[in-house]
Amino acid sequence: MNEYSLLLTLLLPLVGAVSLLLGHRSLAFQRAGGIVFSSVTFALSLYLVYVVDRAGFVVIQVGDWQAPFGISLVADRFSAVMVAVSSFMGAAVAIYALAEIDEARLRKFFFPLYLILLFGVNGAFLTGDLFNLYVWFEIMLIASFVLISMGGEKGELEGGLKYVCLNLLSSVMFLAGAGIIYGKTGTLNMADLAYNLSVAEDVNWVISSSMLLLVSFGLKAGIFPFFFWLPASYHTPPSAVSAVFAGLLTKVGVYALFRSYTLMFAPIFPEVQPLILVLAVLTMVTGVFGAASHFDMRRILSFHIVSQIGYMVLGLAFMTPLALAAAIFYLVHHIIVKTNLFLVSGVVIRLKGSCDLAKVGGLCKSAPWLAILFFIPAFSLGGIPPLSGFWAKFALVKSGIEIESWWAVTAALLVGVLTLYSMTKIWGEAFWKQQPENVGAGPLPNPVGRLAYMLAPITVLAVTTVWIGLFGEPLFSFAERAAAQLLNPQEYISAVLQPNTEVLP
Amino acid sequence: MESLIAVLVGVLFATGTYCLMRRSIVKLVIGVVLISQGANLLVFTTGGLLAGRPALVPADGVAPPAPFGDPLPQAMVLTAIVIGFGLTAFLLALVTRAHEAVGDDDINAFNNTDT
Repeated sequence: MNEYSLLLTLLLPLVGAVSLLLGHRSLAFQRAGGIVFSSVTFALSLYLVYVVDRAGFVVIQVGDWQAPFGISLVADRFSAVMVAVSSFMGAAVAIYALAEIDEARLRKFFFPLYLILLFGVNGAFLTGDLFNLYVWFEIMLIASFVLISMGGEKGELEGGLKYVCLNLLSSVMFLAGAGIIYGKTGTLNMADLAYNLSVAEDVNWVISSSMLLLVSFGLKAGIFPFFFWLPASYHTPPSAVSAVFAGLLTKVGVYALFRSYTLMFAPIFPEVQPLILVLAVLTMVTGVFGAASHFDMRRILSFHIVSQIGYMVLGLAFMTPLALAAAIFYLVHHIIVKTNLFLVSGVVIRLKGSCDLAKVGGLCKSAPWLAILFFIPAFSLGGIPPLSGFWAKFALVKSGIEIESWWAVTAALLVGVLTLYSMTKIWGEAFWKQQPENVGAGPLPNPVGRLAYMLAPITVLAVTTVWIGLFGEPLFSFAERAAAQLLNPQEYISAVLQPNTEVLP
Repeated sequence: MESLIAVLVGVLFATGTYCLMRRSIVKLVIGVVLISQGANLLVFTTGGLLAGRPALVPADGVAPPAPFGDPLPQAMVLTAIVIGFGLTAFLLALVTRAHEAVGDDDINAFNNTDT
């Protein structure tokens, strides 16, 4: 029965997208369907987490072609929790979209594309095959391409063009890398690849082709020096789209990096560890400086995605059980908090007509509830106890101190302070200071739906952040179990290559 | 034969990169297309270019001596070509719309969302 939980979680968004396409005339059906399908996917993904946590692995050999000949779908604890948290964001943003996505966008199939995006993201987390991962990336990307440029305004088209071109290049590198690796090893199944490399006497010949994948995943994750597309495009589409991109898409790249270097390329990890460490630190530092130099709320938040990605990759670079657990905890915390901040920026735009910090102000007085809802995720991102960001940063820094990587720890702490600086800048400008005279654009003229549809998901995510901060122990111990799985690729390999569970007929 | 194709892959990547470096958005599209074709050819070649070798042997048949053909890279390339075709069509439409909106073919005019 375990296999069905994986299969249903994976396929439900596709079923949803198809049924929404069939009923594309009714806008009410589009809205209701978007929420229902993404929420049920979230419920199923929670069950998947429960099943995977009990069983360790859930493996499906698609079409009953045994690994390594067929495509395997594999859920371990790490991928299950990623699926759960991204489905959570999917459900939350679908509700938010009620209040922001206008009729023109709904007529252009917003919700079917949105569900296809979730389908691609979940597929990328659950696949156990390198070429199949490429296909999931493409499914996710083509949906995101349309979503980012859907409005047809100048800024959206321009940002979309940058986003599309760099992501296409990244896909080409991925394809080339996967092709060369297939040529060298004769397999694309991740577990089989990992097995072949772990028993090979000399593995240095795979470093060059793994670098192609590092560049490709790095481009998608937005690590230094490949992140330039991200702050140039994420602030252009509607906030619902920005939020789901900010929460999910770069994290798929981070997930792929983790999967590569804990499973497939684990034998060559010592060779590339210094490189990943340096890239992670540079990502953190450039991201936070980019944010400090900006004065538009969404641009600041986009740069903070880059700097936070650095923390996660830093956890990968340390590669100790605590560091990986911290990185997984960080991923979960970051997805929730970053999505929430982008959702808040959408409310600011709705109330003030802009999120340029020079043009807005006085929100603390006119919308105190929004101030509280911004305060929680913002200071969680900055790492203030007892919010979730504090524990994530604390565990990561502790793991860095344990392996005495002093300069990386110093950089992480410094970047934390600068993150707090950016957040206090937004707080001080948008919420604290008086509304500047004669520059504000005023509230948006024709809002699409009730403000409550925006505030409900924001509140839920903020409460989740606080809850993770106060009662984070179950999540952190889950992250530790997931990290233990990542550090022991032998388990993954034997779960995929010699399945002892019954195979789906 | 492989070395000839390898040179061709290199040429495709080099011309594609050159086109990407130009300032015209149309050349940008041409560059992306050339590079993706280079990657397709690269994947195609990794299976080895063996003419007339069997890939599958019937269950009751006798396996001929090695080398065997490998159909998998071709299946992969087919997938990649189809995906690349769709993405190229989308990119062309996007470039047309962006050109209308910005009113210039020069990449330097596309700096409104930059950082």
